[in-house]
Amino acid sequence: MSALNTIKAIAKRELFAYFDSPVAYVFLVIFLLLAGVFTFTFGGFFERGEASLASFFGWLPWLFLFLVPAVGMRMWAEERRSGTIELLLTLPIAPWEAIIGKFLASWIFLGIAMALTFPIWVTVNLLGVPDNGVIVAGYVGSMLLAGAYLAIASMTSAMTRNQVVSFIVAVVLCLALILVGFVPITDLLARYASPANVERVAAFGVLTHFDGFQKGILDSRNVLFFLSIMTFALFVTAVLVRNRRKN
Amino acid sequence: MIKVDHVTKTFGPKRAVDDLSFAVERGEVLGFLGPNGAGKSTTMRMITGFIPVDAGGVSVCGFDIAAQPIDARRRIGYLPESAPTYTDMSVNSFLGWAAEMRGLSGDAKKKAVHRAIELCSLGSVVYQSIDTLSKGFRHRTCLAQAILHDPEVLIMDEPTDGLDPNQKHEIRSLIRRMSPNKAIIFSTHILEEVEAVCTRAIIIDRGRMVANGTPSELKAKSDRAGAVLVMVRGAASQAVTDTLGRVPGVARAELVATEQDCTTVRAYPQQGSMNGALAAVITKGLSATGWAIDGLQTEEGRLDDVFRLLTRPDTPATVAKS
Repeated sequence: MSALNTIKAIAKRELFAYFDSPVAYVFLVIFLLLAGVFTFTFGGFFERGEASLASFFGWLPWLFLFLVPAVGMRMWAEERRSGTIELLLTLPIAPWEAIIGKFLASWIFLGIAMALTFPIWVTVNLLGVPDNGVIVAGYVGSMLLAGAYLAIASMTSAMTRNQVVSFIVAVVLCLALILVGFVPITDLLARYASPANVERVAAFGVLTHFDGFQKGILDSRNVLFFLSIMTFALFVTAVLVRNRRKN
Repeated sequence: MIKVDHVTKTFGPKRAVDDLSFAVERGEVLGFLGPNGAGKSTTMRMITGFIPVDAGGVSVCGFDIAAQPIDARRRIGYLPESAPTYTDMSVNSFLGWAAEMRGLSGDAKKKAVHRAIELCSLGSVVYQSIDTLSKGFRHRTCLAQAILHDPEVLIMDEPTDGLDPNQKHEIRSLIRRMSPNKAIIFSTHILEEVEAVCTRAIIIDRGRMVANGTPSELKAKSDRAGAVLVMVRGAASQAVTDTLGRVPGVARAELVATEQDCTTVRAYPQQGSMNGALAAVITKGLSATGWAIDGLQTEEGRLDDVFRLLTRPDTPATVAKS
């Protein structure tokens, strides 16, 4: 069977598995509630007096920090705990097909969650005349950011059979990726390191790269940054899955 | 069809499988026996390619499991230990998914799923979620997944574990029905099962093969093989035991039971002699006594004696290898 069909079959099963359990609905409700709270309360959506989703996108890296690892934590940990990994990896498929299939399913799920934030977009269009191009760029950036976090969650999920451990390690890694580019931290680093080095470290920060999308710029370097994180983390996932086939 | 060639696997300091070689051909049902932790599951996992071998090689239908894993796995049906399934799915969608993963679609998929459901008697629970099913049904759902694509090679890790006697019987007859055109390996702790369905059995202990033969060949290794149960009426049990012990060819006689005036004694043959002819010798030996012989029964030997003999912790693995 072609790799595409295999990936499709795995992704479909995983996606349905989300919606077969109450977890998906709990997640969606919490995500939408928090997105609303952050946008309208902390983000000062109305006080800004501008027709944009800046207050929504600005908080997303922090919201995703907890929610994306929560979506990804079961990806491999659950397979290992329940023993189904033995079933999956003895089917006539290549392990990378399973890794991509699972990743895509979770990514699509996050895409559904993002799509359900459309009332915020409708609101801003009703109240003013926003630049919808900027908003589209923001959504593209958000999906790339979600994908990068998710690939990291996939990696930590392949390290353990314990979902909680997987979640915590993923949050810590994602947090590190935020903090290296977070202004208070870079300011702190600037006291000890040369500006060039600070910049080098900050280049690994997701905030730096996410910023461009919020401004409506689809810079290929930023796209490439997120795609590299995904590729790297999924590659590590493959190595871990391969080596963890022991008892 | 299955070739295991000098396979070795080490987990940390523990050698789980040690230089194991055997082959299984089409039409054979190989029973895989051994104490817990002897390396049965590890061997099966290496045959299916789930864990890599440290040394040696495995080939399935001529495909090396390490070099051509996908071609090899296409021909394998595998029931892992404790029969894992995606419990949030229904039986039907789980099997449908397994069929898709095997490259089946449309009518072929429907047919394969239907056939597997029939073979494993899952008809009554097709649309039930797997986590609501009893253990027997869950087990059979995983088995259905393994035979869905009518594989040439079927590998089952304790297929009857935790099932009730009726379910065990069903699984056994299913194995027997499928056996003529497949190569089948299954592991078990139930020795009658080996006698009932296997054409050949392998006993492994601490990663090494200690016996390999047909069930009757294995049974012949038991010290009871060829022993004769003698039932005598109207004689003192001590006298019967003593007399039997003196019959030439009898190694020793042991009192089994005394019931009213009937005494049952087991006479063991001397090593390597007789070969089933002990009963005749005993009949002759007892003719002078004038006792009423109620019955003579030559015993076949018992697999669990052989199993215990070969896998006792104090048996040096090398001695047992002969």
